Amino acid sequence: MTSLLPSPTTIAALVKIGLLIGGLMTAAAYLVLVERWMAAWVQDRKGPNRVGIPLTKIRLFGLGQPLADGLKIILNEDFTPRHVDKVLYAAAPLVLLAASLAIFAAIPFGSVLPPLGIPGLPDPVPFLVAPGLDVGVLWVFALSSIAVYGVLLGGWASNNKYGFLGGLRSSAQLVAYEIPLGLGLLGVVLAAGSLKLDVIMNAQAETGVWYAFAQPLGFIVFLVASFAEAARLPFDLPEAEQELVGGYHTEYSGIKLLLFLVSEFLHMVTAAFLIVIMFLGGWHLWGVTGSGQEVTWIGALVRFAVLSSKIFGVILFFMLVRWSWPRFRFDQLMNLAWKVMLPLGLANLVTVATIEEFRPQLVEAVGAGPAGWIALLVPWGVFFAGWIAAGLFTPSGTDNTPIRTHGPLDIEHELVEV
Amino acid sequence: MQATDPAITWLEDKPLGLAERLYLPLFVQGLATTARHLVSPKVTVSFPEQRPTVGNPLIYRGVHRLNRDDEGRVKCVACFLCATACPAHCIDIVATESPWPDREKYPEAFQIDELRCIFCGMCEEACPVDAIELTSLLDLTGKSREEMIFDKEKLLSVYDMTKDAEPMKSAALGGAP
Repeated sequence: MTSLLPSPTTIAALVKIGLLIGGLMTAAAYLVLVERWMAAWVQDRKGPNRVGIPLTKIRLFGLGQPLADGLKIILNEDFTPRHVDKVLYAAAPLVLLAASLAIFAAIPFGSVLPPLGIPGLPDPVPFLVAPGLDVGVLWVFALSSIAVYGVLLGGWASNNKYGFLGGLRSSAQLVAYEIPLGLGLLGVVLAAGSLKLDVIMNAQAETGVWYAFAQPLGFIVFLVASFAEAARLPFDLPEAEQELVGGYHTEYSGIKLLLFLVSEFLHMVTAAFLIVIMFLGGWHLWGVTGSGQEVTWIGALVRFAVLSSKIFGVILFFMLVRWSWPRFRFDQLMNLAWKVMLPLGLANLVTVATIEEFRPQLVEAVGAGPAGWIALLVPWGVFFAGWIAAGLFTPSGTDNTPIRTHGPLDIEHELVEV
Repeated sequence: MQATDPAITWLEDKPLGLAERLYLPLFVQGLATTARHLVSPKVTVSFPEQRPTVGNPLIYRGVHRLNRDDEGRVKCVACFLCATACPAHCIDIVATESPWPDREKYPEAFQIDELRCIFCGMCEEACPVDAIELTSLLDLTGKSREEMIFDKEKLLSVYDMTKDAEPMKSAALGGAP
């Protein structure tokens, strides 16, 4: 006789989804506040520090600001311009948000819980909505590609030249940077031997060598590419307020705009998650978290805290970079993707593949210890070689120096003569 | 102008050196600048609680006042020079015969519409007897438009309020009080 009640696995998944979405939405709201604070502090201002508990004079350093911001933007008029494609216009933010949220199904947000002893539930319980997913990395990539459709749809449906340009830029940029992103990732997948993100984390925890140290070139390539994928400065050309008004969300207002903005922050959170999980050891920290799969409740919480603080650190780095570097020009962006990041990514991939192929022979020849050091030092050699090569042969893009043989008036004269 | 004109000096960017082409030194330099500003003292003035400091009250152009002379009478002689000089036409004077022997006219009514005023200071420049002056009061607010039309009594009261903190400018600038 089958029970009508949902199985414990389903309930566990629902609980995790609830926690994750609640956490992510709160985090996105507060990250907006952090972003505004960082922006203010970097510009020697104080930033939002007034909104506290409503109807009281308690300020709490402005921690009530996200609530006020959210209420304000929700209560804004949700205006639909007459010239838009109504169906696509309404669908675009939903596509984007759904894709950005669904990515987190395959992203582990901690290690494992200690055995709970609930019948029907596999022990230990992993911090992962879809624990059995063998193609976690592919899922993340496929959905982040779908997120591009949201941006593109928004730009297209707006029927506005700035929106359209933003959408076009976004598609070109994301297509270009998915390749270095994938190359950076392939090195990790080769080294860990799995597409599961939790297995990749565990592999780093077991050896104690984070992939950022084992594959520095892959780390840099992945880091740069994920800035571009999250459309953060210095690669925020799809929005580029100074050039494109608001880019693909020029025509959006009210809650639809909110969905776009939240998705943007979720992209940044996703990028931070991926960077930490694949290159910075996930929940692992030497001497603090241990490395096995058996944990106590405290251990599980410590691992969760370590992962969260690493992610927060990466996000702070994202925000600091925003105020440190000016935006790239589009041709420079493309040059960087195709002429610098792609070759560097390939170099990293070849290095990692070679090392992984010959690791058994190496261990046999010189012993496990020295073999580990060689496997660590060779990628660093490749890293410095690639770095200097990229510096020496920098594709400087188009030449901007003025043409001296023709003054502006000469060109006018020529035009008149023709 | 031709590009070959000798009056034009062409400046060239220096070609990037290796350190600059390696990206990272410049990147670290940028991050260091940002990080320094992150912790540096803030310039924000938390306005209602904290008053902004007026650099030099003598040249600050805030709310107007009508000065009094030594006997407490309004200094104004109703010559209309300020009203004429005013580009915003916000000064309205009704002149009448003076009860005092030292001048012919005095203002029976003197109104300034502070909402029309652009605080250019032309009235202050025009006044031959230093009767109208701009103080350093900067938070001028009101609940209605009528309230923002300052009459003679109000302008004189602004003088009474600010005369200790800001003595008459002509004296401070070396002229006769």
